[in-house]
Amino acid sequence: MSRSRLGARLTPYLLVLPGWLWLVVFFVVPTFVMLSVSTQTGDIVSGFQQTFHWRTYVDGWNQYHTQFIRSIVYGLITTLLCLVIAYPVAYWIAFRGGAHKSSLLFLILLPFFVSFVIRTQSWNFILSDNGMLLSALKNWGLVSQDFHILATAPAVIGGLTYNFLPFMVLPIYVGLERLDPALLEAAADLYGSKTATFRKVVLPLSMPGVFAGVLLTFVPAAADYVNAAILGGARTTMIGNVIQTEYFTNLDYPKASALSFILMAALLLGVFAYARVLGTEDVLDVAAR
Amino acid sequence: MSTLISPQAGRQTTSRPDRAGRRPRRRWLLPLWSWLVIAWLASPIIVMIVFGFNDTTGKFNIRWQGFTLRWYRDLFTIPDLTQALENSLTIAVIVTVLATIMGTLLGVALGRYRFRGSGSINLLMFANIAAPEVVLGAALLSLFLTVGVPRGYWTIVIAQVMFSIAYVAVTVRARMAGLDPSLEEAARDLGAGPYATFFRVTLPSIMPGVLAGALLTCALSIDDFIITSFNAGNTVTFPLWVYGASRTGVPPQVNVMGTLIFMLGVLLALVGVVYNRRKV
Amino acid sequence: MTESSNSNQLPPDVLRGLLSPRVSRRSVLQAGGASALGVLLAACGVSGAKKGPTGTAAVDAAKAYWEKQKKTGSFNFANWPLYIDVSDKNKNDHPSIDLFTKRTGIKVAKYSEVIQDTGSYFGKIQPELAAGQGTGYDLMVMTNGVYLDKLIELNYLIPLDQSRMTNFNANASPVVKNPSYDRGNKYTMAWQSGITGIGYDPKRVGKKITSWTDLADPALRGKIGMFGDTQDLPNGAICAIGVNPETSTEADWRKAAQWLKKQQPLVRKYYEQDYIDPLSKGDIWASMAWSGDIFQANASGANLEFVVPDEGAPIWTDNMCIPNHAQHPLDAMIYMDFVYQPEIAAMLAESINYITPVPGAAAVIKKDAAAATGADKTALEQLATSPLIFPTASDSTKLHRYRVLTSAEEKVWNSLFEPIYQS
Repeated sequence: MSRSRLGARLTPYLLVLPGWLWLVVFFVVPTFVMLSVSTQTGDIVSGFQQTFHWRTYVDGWNQYHTQFIRSIVYGLITTLLCLVIAYPVAYWIAFRGGAHKSSLLFLILLPFFVSFVIRTQSWNFILSDNGMLLSALKNWGLVSQDFHILATAPAVIGGLTYNFLPFMVLPIYVGLERLDPALLEAAADLYGSKTATFRKVVLPLSMPGVFAGVLLTFVPAAADYVNAAILGGARTTMIGNVIQTEYFTNLDYPKASALSFILMAALLLGVFAYARVLGTEDVLDVAAR
Repeated sequence: MSTLISPQAGRQTTSRPDRAGRRPRRRWLLPLWSWLVIAWLASPIIVMIVFGFNDTTGKFNIRWQGFTLRWYRDLFTIPDLTQALENSLTIAVIVTVLATIMGTLLGVALGRYRFRGSGSINLLMFANIAAPEVVLGAALLSLFLTVGVPRGYWTIVIAQVMFSIAYVAVTVRARMAGLDPSLEEAARDLGAGPYATFFRVTLPSIMPGVLAGALLTCALSIDDFIITSFNAGNTVTFPLWVYGASRTGVPPQVNVMGTLIFMLGVLLALVGVVYNRRKV
Repeated sequence: MTESSNSNQLPPDVLRGLLSPRVSRRSVLQAGGASALGVLLAACGVSGAKKGPTGTAAVDAAKAYWEKQKKTGSFNFANWPLYIDVSDKNKNDHPSIDLFTKRTGIKVAKYSEVIQDTGSYFGKIQPELAAGQGTGYDLMVMTNGVYLDKLIELNYLIPLDQSRMTNFNANASPVVKNPSYDRGNKYTMAWQSGITGIGYDPKRVGKKITSWTDLADPALRGKIGMFGDTQDLPNGAICAIGVNPETSTEADWRKAAQWLKKQQPLVRKYYEQDYIDPLSKGDIWASMAWSGDIFQANASGANLEFVVPDEGAPIWTDNMCIPNHAQHPLDAMIYMDFVYQPEIAAMLAESINYITPVPGAAAVIKKDAAAATGADKTALEQLATSPLIFPTASDSTKLHRYRVLTSAEEKVWNSLFEPIYQS
């Protein structure tokens, strides 16, 4: 009896063990190793020694704060655009989708079945100066002959918005779809107008979905470097590009680690603060049910 | 009526014809917007598929030069690309199996039991999902550099399992939360051991969640670029090859492989939908 | 439960999970216990290189090494894109390699165009080499400069077998024999040399480009490409201000960086080798370019021109070398010497249009021209006398090697030029 009680108490730990261990060894430990590398000094030839050289953080920030701020700004614009574009779509599918809800949702998900890199490359192809889109616009005289989209901030933000839009549609959809129809009906009877129903009932109740969408969009968008590399140009470099270059071309591991750490700290702190302000615990629990 | 086809159609109270009088006049605005968005989402995919049939002669696949099936025939004539695709597919299988097993166990434990430390495990998974990909890749790279592990096929597997476990776990956990515990109790009362209970009762009822997690892992694995590129060493996967090739001109074979992977994904998803329908 | 009624379970299930992280303050504190891992902070660093033998000991070691090697019948070759001859019918078929296989019985098991930037490639293989692992390749092509110096300094290259360099000794141009970056050709043999000049589309630009200042012409705003690296970009800019990079001073670098900063608003993008695609498509009209690339782009349908600017231009040499832990070094060694036959060098030159390390190739190309007819004939005749493939002495005065930097200078150099292309 007592043996089986003990066994029952151990069960959750045994179940958790492999996955937990994997995450600790390949996610938690590496984060601390990265922190350790960031304060080392040296170079690739003679190796790097731990000297607790925290100045690398100051230097990194001084050298690349433009790219940091740009990444945050691009991330915010992308998130806002995604929200504005996605909300009506999610609303439409959730409330007017009828029997076709799943099919419509599936259409929104289609991009997921094509590699991220290919999709972005495909945009580079569509948007190229003499590509199918711009050459048509130029032929019709809608834009000037030397007009271009590629290698500009709108191209990068457009690519980011495209790539992360489904991450915004889905959670909002899930949130809306779960609203109790009886509640909506009651609200409609109470307020009379659709606008008021939307503002006073639908919108507040869909906030958890919006929260999740913002989270799933902002972090990957701000830290992305593929869109800037394929669609961007001079003056659109994001912090992800800098980190990538510091690791792989300049081989300055401490600086690369310091920049990564600043990025992670900034984003995770932002996320947790955001969660706290919105009272995540309650909001999310409602959403989970 | 539509209620026969889909149960949730019955919820469409707000759009019932009897409320037509109060409906705003610009009813076409919402569907138009949505269809425009869907068209926008689909456009690069259509371009990819179409240009896989382009009869291009030069090194660049830029202008439409006529229809051909040549690239489907010559699909495997670029050995590096074929190798990259093979790596991607085998890695995806290994990663899916490992991440699904570990993630499911995690999800079951978190969804079923209350135990000390579960809070920090939830936090760990949340941080793992919320952390930017560049940082996940860079941190793991720092570990491999410090310990002196050469990067390659197996470090890619390690990295991809690392970012997939949490996705599977949260999916299964959500499924567990919706599961009626009395079912398992009943099984135990009928004399089923813990293993039998798990495999006969628990697992089948959370199967849709497990499958969804597995499918998601598989998709994430085949698609991942950022984390993989940090930990790949000289091993090349499909997205890495495409990224490299994008700098000097992407050959049409890439469009063809992209198209085939796309079709396979759509097919798998449709099978999943049909499977779930049957269950209902 | 209403959720089971949803026929598409995938996204809702996943999302429902994501929506409920259940993070509480207590769990944050619990996780804080993980900071015990802080001890890791003090853990040892990323180790550097181990020094190998020097002097006569090194020569003996190399000899002993090569005596042990046997032909395996195949090797793996890491090269840059657009950097070897291709047959007309199949772009993945390389006639010069086929000929090599026919003559020696050695196959090139893997020919990969994995190098697009010396720095990035070095960054890629460095950890493998540092960990004492192979790169998967037996032969790779690296540009002279900082990274090749590092490879040599770190003992990441296998010293060549000096007894297997007969063609090289007989046919190599004096320029690539005993170069300053590898005295006595201990580790490297030149593959090709090239010039970093300007490639442009005459139809779009609408005028002849002759000078670096044309790349700072406001009329070309948004249509200008520059290299985004620490070699070609700075050295080219130093040429642009009329200074020879080889003998340039820190003051010159600052002036060059100023020149680049002023030009920056006009620049569309700082590229690696990926400038060819947009240049051919017309996304950019004029760009810093490598001589041979422009010819190859033209061969596949583009209409571009290459110029060596009046102010002078950087000249560089790409070198074949054998990375440590290569599995088939002898086969690679045989290949390296094989390409130093005038006949093979001519095959490569006719196809890739870079400066060949074998001057004797000119005679072979002339002979080929005599045998050819029509357009091929004129093309080959031009090739045999082209200053871009066989530079004359007067051309050479305009061409300058990269500035060789000490590690202290490198820090200053990088801090000046990095912010420009990482903008």
